[in-house]
This record gives sequence, C-alpha cells and structure tokens, in this order.
Amino acid sequence: MARAAVLGRVTWRVAVVEEVREETATARTLGLRVAGWPGHDAGQHVDVRLTAPDGYTAVRSYSIASAAAGDLVELTVELVPDGEVSPYLTQVVAAGDRFEVRGPLGGWFVWRPGQQEAVQLIAGGSGVVPLMSIVRARATSGSAPARLLYSVRTPQSVFYLPELERREHADTGLEVTLAYTRAAPAGHSRPPGRVDAGLIGAATWPADRQPTCYVCGPTGFVESVAGLLVDAGHDPGRIRTERFGPSGGTS
Amino acid sequence: MSSESPSFLDGNAAAGPLREIFAVDLTAATGQCAGCGNRAVLARARLYARAPGLVVRCTECDGVLLRLVEGPRRTWLDLRGLTFIQVTTGP
Repeated sequence: MARAAVLGRVTWRVAVVEEVREETATARTLGLRVAGWPGHDAGQHVDVRLTAPDGYTAVRSYSIASAAAGDLVELTVELVPDGEVSPYLTQVVAAGDRFEVRGPLGGWFVWRPGQQEAVQLIAGGSGVVPLMSIVRARATSGSAPARLLYSVRTPQSVFYLPELERREHADTGLEVTLAYTRAAPAGHSRPPGRVDAGLIGAATWPADRQPTCYVCGPTGFVESVAGLLVDAGHDPGRIRTERFGPSGGTS
Repeated sequence: MSSESPSFLDGNAAAGPLREIFAVDLTAATGQCAGCGNRAVLARARLYARAPGLVVRCTECDGVLLRLVEGPRRTWLDLRGLTFIQVTTGP
C-alpha cells in the first residue's frame, strides 16, 4: 500500500481478533481485522480502547508490527505488570474478541518505500515492534540497506527471532545484531551489557553514511542511544525517536 | 522501566487525539514555540501524558506548546504556546 495519506478525521473502529501468536512468555502478537482500515505506513501506531461494562475506558498506544501490505493489522503487545490494558491483551483476549482501535497514527516515526538512504534501526526490548514493520516493509518494497541493532534482556525475551534469522539471509541488504543486557546465549560474541559507544561503532552505520536512524524503546534507552548517535557524529535531524512510558505500549 | 526515568514521551504519541480533530497529522507538522521561537516537528517535542490531559512542551525552553483534554463528548485544545504550525499539504 502506498502512503496512507487518508484525509479526514481518524476515530474509533471495531477490531476483531483473528489470530493470536505467542512471541515470548509475556508477549503476544494479535492479528486484527479492522473494517475500513485504510492501510498504514511502517512505524505507525494505533490507540487501543477497552471499555468495561460500567463504561470505564482505558486507552493505550501500540505500534503496528505488520508491513502495510498485509491482510491483518498486527500488534505485538508486551505484558506490563499492573497495567490496565496489556494484561487483557496478552493473557485474556482470544480469536473472535473485539475492541476498538484508532489509527493508523503518526506521520513522523515512519519509513516509506520511496526512501533510498541507508536505514539504522535501534530497538530496546519491545521497541522492536515498529522497527519490525519497517524491516518487513522494506523487504517487499524497497532496496534501502538496513541495519537493526536489537537490545534485549535475555534470549527468552527476543521477539520474531526465527523471522529475523530468516530475513537476514533472505532479504537483500539487511544486517541484524542482537545485544543482550542481562543474559546472552552460550557462545554469543559480546558479554551482556547495555548499548554503548563501542557497540554503536561496531554494529551500526557510520555517520558519514548518513542513514536515517529510528530508535524505539523505553525512555531511558532512547535518551541514551540518541545521545550516543549524536556523539558518533550523526545529524540530530536524521534521528527519529519513539519512547514508551511507564504504562507500556508507546504511551 | 525504572522510576527515575524521565516521565515524558515523544510528541508523536499525541497523534490519536489530534487526529480526532484535524484532517492531517499534526505531529508531523512544524511548530514555532511562542516562548523561545524554536521551530521543530511536533513529534520531537516532549509529551507529558501522566495527567488528566496531554501537555506538549518545547525541548529547548520547556514552555507549554499545546494542551489537550479528551472528554466523553468534547475535546479541549489549547494551542497558545505555538506561534504557528506549518503543515505539509502536498508531495
């Protein structure tokens, strides 16, 4: 689908859950059918609204994981303990259930098929979700060389691992680096630790390649990585960030 | 997420309530801060969402650019912190 430049208000639509896939012990991908969905750009998000029988509502933002061309709108949701929305989405919801979504949203943290420049994707934890949408979109509609640096706590908390391994071999010009912060698998080349200047230097495009950088993760992660990229010489104008808050999702 | 982390998000997280009102995505628009004159894409501004509404602040001077509260039947929007908003309307 071309860019989703649909004019007019965007308001709530009913989403029907068609598929539920486990990604990790605490995260699931929901495949949603949304009547009238206009298509989306890689990197966009939706707001999800749950309404209790007494009328109480809770709204959270979740990034879209699927490429625009797909039949279903896929969200990957990580459980936030004590959250209001994610426990339902990760533990209770089943195929056939319905809730409301508003989207697609956001015209800035997006990658569009016309972009030819190198792409640097840097994810912290479930911040990989919108970046996976970009990985998927570029595989079908772009030739921009891309690198993904994915920082994650443990091997058990990696989303999309089989697909990432497959795509790194099958997709032209995609390089994936996993960096573990708490526990690495046996034989991994780097001991567990946070993303630092050394890793940025080793696993990401140099600044003179002038990539567009997309950084998504918890607020502290994004602050730290954006600072490292600027220190490495990247133009702040080419660094796009998306932080999620304490409530999970993207807001 | 540790409690000492900053409590703000990016302005792009305000896209939903703004798209209820506007026909274009305002988070991709450029705005000028009425306080310090800084011009930036609104998606880059700081969004404080742990409040009854949303508060978007300038990254340079911390001045309030935009306040928005969504109620069940109406939305309140205060844009007085923005001198102008520049929206891309064509390719």
